Amino acid sequence: MADTIATTEPAAEHELHEHVFVPQHRHHFETEQQQREAGSFGMWLFLLTEIMFFGGMFFAYLLYRNWYYDAFVVGSNQLSLPLGTANTAVLITSGFFMALSVWAAEVRKRGLLVLLLVLTTLLGIVFLGIKYVEYKEKYELHHIPGEHFDVSEFVNPAAYGITNEKPLPPDMAQKVQLYFFLYFAMTGMHALHMIIGIGLLFWLIARARRGDFSAGYVAPIENFGLYWHFVDIVWLFLFPLLYLINRHPMK
Amino acid sequence: MTEHEQHFHDATNVTNPEHGSHHIVTPKVYAAVFVTLLVGTALTVVAANIDLGLFNPIIALGIACTKAVIVILFFMHVKYQSNLIKMTVGAGFFTFLVLITLTLSDYISRAWGLW
Repeated sequence: MADTIATTEPAAEHELHEHVFVPQHRHHFETEQQQREAGSFGMWLFLLTEIMFFGGMFFAYLLYRNWYYDAFVVGSNQLSLPLGTANTAVLITSGFFMALSVWAAEVRKRGLLVLLLVLTTLLGIVFLGIKYVEYKEKYELHHIPGEHFDVSEFVNPAAYGITNEKPLPPDMAQKVQLYFFLYFAMTGMHALHMIIGIGLLFWLIARARRGDFSAGYVAPIENFGLYWHFVDIVWLFLFPLLYLINRHPMK
Repeated sequence: MTEHEQHFHDATNVTNPEHGSHHIVTPKVYAAVFVTLLVGTALTVVAANIDLGLFNPIIALGIACTKAVIVILFFMHVKYQSNLIKMTVGAGFFTFLVLITLTLSDYISRAWGLW
């Protein structure tokens, strides 16, 4: 849709509708503003379905965290707080550059728009890189749920140099799997959204370089921005819920 | 941009309810939001390391919700959108809360009296 240019003859169109400013304006919208709002509206409807999609996982988390709280605390404290905090800052910065991209497109600065989109992409890739380091550590420690899940660190923390945690009974230690299952499902789905977003960013950068969004037509940048910020918001909740359940056991 | 400014401005959407007025958010506002979000993140981490009992998750979620609202209002421009979009966003979160409440009330009441 975005690529199709209105096909009515410019001269005739101009006499009837003096408000047509951009060639991307489609004839079934009365004004450019109406077209733009319809686009935002559609994007928000899509994001609402995304809220429901992530919402199911957030609900599962809420329930199991209440049922197996001790296991969730132990699982949560296995995550690296410095890496999680750094990743939050990286993602917020990426979102900041994305927001600035919309501004750059509005004020029609092509070079700046491309630069800001590249920065958004780079920080997105840094986020995924840090996530990879975290996942890799869990893989090496056998903390990925399934057949090879290892509970020994949770039933006997003292043997692993963890002095500030009480050992879990074996049945509760098994429930740490549930924490890690939700951890991988939620951060994995979040990461998948990031990967899709980065793919879209490459496409937007190519089009921005061509000057598609610096002549008054900013809808694709703006709507992609909504998606990118939505993914940020998901992380703003994932971070405290997964990393910060109880960072002060036995203090 | 000048074309937009010449348009009749109808802030309350009375005469032209479909069309929100177009607003370009300045880098200044974005920078303020950016700093607020970073401060919020630092606060969450600090608060999590202090034992506040029951209030730990409440504070963590409170900060996360505040950050989310700020992102929605400014980064996602909802503050400057038409009433239609504001209602749509609000309806989405409201529906989500309804679903959470109904499902939770089911789980809470299943084993009623069995403990």
